[in-house]
Amino acid sequence: MSRTEFMQGNAACAEGALAAGCRFFGGYPITPSTEIAEAMARKLPKAGGVFISMEDELASIAAVIGAAWTGARAMTATSGPGFSLMMENIGYAAMTETPCVVVNIQRGGPSTGQPTRAAQGDMLQCRFGSHGDYSTIALTPNSVQEMFDLTAKAFDLADRYRVPTFLMSDEIVGHMRERVTIPGAVEVERPRPLAEGALPFEAGDDGTPGFAPFGSGRAVHVTGLTHDERGYPDTTDPEAHDKLVRRLVAKVESARRDIADYEVVNPDAETVFVTYGPPSRTVEQVMRDRPDDSIGHLRLRVVWPFPEFALKVFPNARTFLMPELNMGQMVREVQRHVDQPVISIPKIGGELHTPAELVRVLEAYR
Amino acid sequence: MRHEIRFSGYGGQGIILSAVILGRAAALYDDKYAVQTQVYGPEARGGASMGQVVIDDEPILYPEVTEPDIYVIMSQQGFEKYGIRAGMDAVMLLDADLVRSRPDCRHYEIPATAEAKGALGREIVANIVMIGALVTATGVVSREAIERAVLDSVPKGTEELNQKALKRGFELGERA
Repeated sequence: MSRTEFMQGNAACAEGALAAGCRFFGGYPITPSTEIAEAMARKLPKAGGVFISMEDELASIAAVIGAAWTGARAMTATSGPGFSLMMENIGYAAMTETPCVVVNIQRGGPSTGQPTRAAQGDMLQCRFGSHGDYSTIALTPNSVQEMFDLTAKAFDLADRYRVPTFLMSDEIVGHMRERVTIPGAVEVERPRPLAEGALPFEAGDDGTPGFAPFGSGRAVHVTGLTHDERGYPDTTDPEAHDKLVRRLVAKVESARRDIADYEVVNPDAETVFVTYGPPSRTVEQVMRDRPDDSIGHLRLRVVWPFPEFALKVFPNARTFLMPELNMGQMVREVQRHVDQPVISIPKIGGELHTPAELVRVLEAYR
Repeated sequence: MRHEIRFSGYGGQGIILSAVILGRAAALYDDKYAVQTQVYGPEARGGASMGQVVIDDEPILYPEVTEPDIYVIMSQQGFEKYGIRAGMDAVMLLDADLVRSRPDCRHYEIPATAEAKGALGREIVANIVMIGALVTATGVVSREAIERAVLDSVPKGTEELNQKALKRGFELGERA
């Protein structure tokens, strides 16, 4: 039985995780993400899960990785400073191909910055924040309903590609309340089990090995060191490293079309907004207030791996406009994939672009 | 039609809860759309607190309040911080005993705290009196919807008191 509620984005995130079968949360409270931990603390034990209030964010992500290796769906939630502290072990999760979900309710940075205000300042950090080469998946909700839907989806993606997956939300969507429909059941796709006779890190054509969590009866050695298909360290052979790291990147990047999730409005448009997260709602407002087929909108629900092919949906595009709650982060990704001018519309300080602000930019660049 | 409603008062009056109840009434019981937001500052009990709601018949795209058309003000500091710039077309309900200033726009003086303390015997329901007055003075949501949303949101055992407070608010708003 589905039910309809009027709830906060952060509460909907917790509901989405529970519906997707998340049964472990290790976290450390931080504004503006704390309501997620609070909801999980109340609800996880009743669902047969485990909630641990960890001593800090380094331990939080470490506990999540450990829980994931027991086969549980596991997640943590944090914001800017906590996200920075998690970076080392996020690389460990990428290297060990640990399926897990990290929610970042972004606030103004750098450092402790603006704890109670919204930002999208960690969009490159979630892709490149840990050292070395790897790839990740990041989703960007723009409503309370999507806080539920995309959190649940993040677990499926994390499992399918065995990769840390990020819900990159922000204080605006995390704290706003809207109507949300919570379905009675969510279909869940767990990782493919490790095939009989296969080595623990031996991947097929799709680049993702089957998963044999601890307790599944298979002996698996897990290390952050460069390893061979058995999982044993092999740290000096250039070929072993090249093969492993190229696979870690390719398993996500080559699946860009499968992972992609975006909305297109007016594909024949000449001036095209590209958005993710809450600035998309300002663009939608502008387009409702001034119906005009020459203005288009590409709204990304998945930003990493970046769906560069979606930009080609607009064959007549002359200019791309990109409002972001940062000084211009994802705009670099758009710029390197198109020949047309891509105009960054940065906004920092914690407030969403207003419709009037975007109309001014629109008039300047048409 | 889009309405933007702003509530302000001091921390502890239930200002944020008022905004949540109104949003809930619109979104769950009146078949409208609502987005509720609030100022997330370090407002401790006593400081100026503010919560807002956008209500519309069609889906709400831009979620923030830009120029409220309805204000509910329950403290002088709240007026000075969040009410003083009200536009001439706005409507303001203010708690007559707690707000000294009066805006230039149309405004109704609602003795919510006095009623709560006096006839109702519990100061804590002043915000519910105010919500009742808001509903009959502006019609922004229906009486039935607000009643259900209030009952959803108040602690068990206080339903009767809150229903009385709401009803008193309806009467004060009708007279406004």
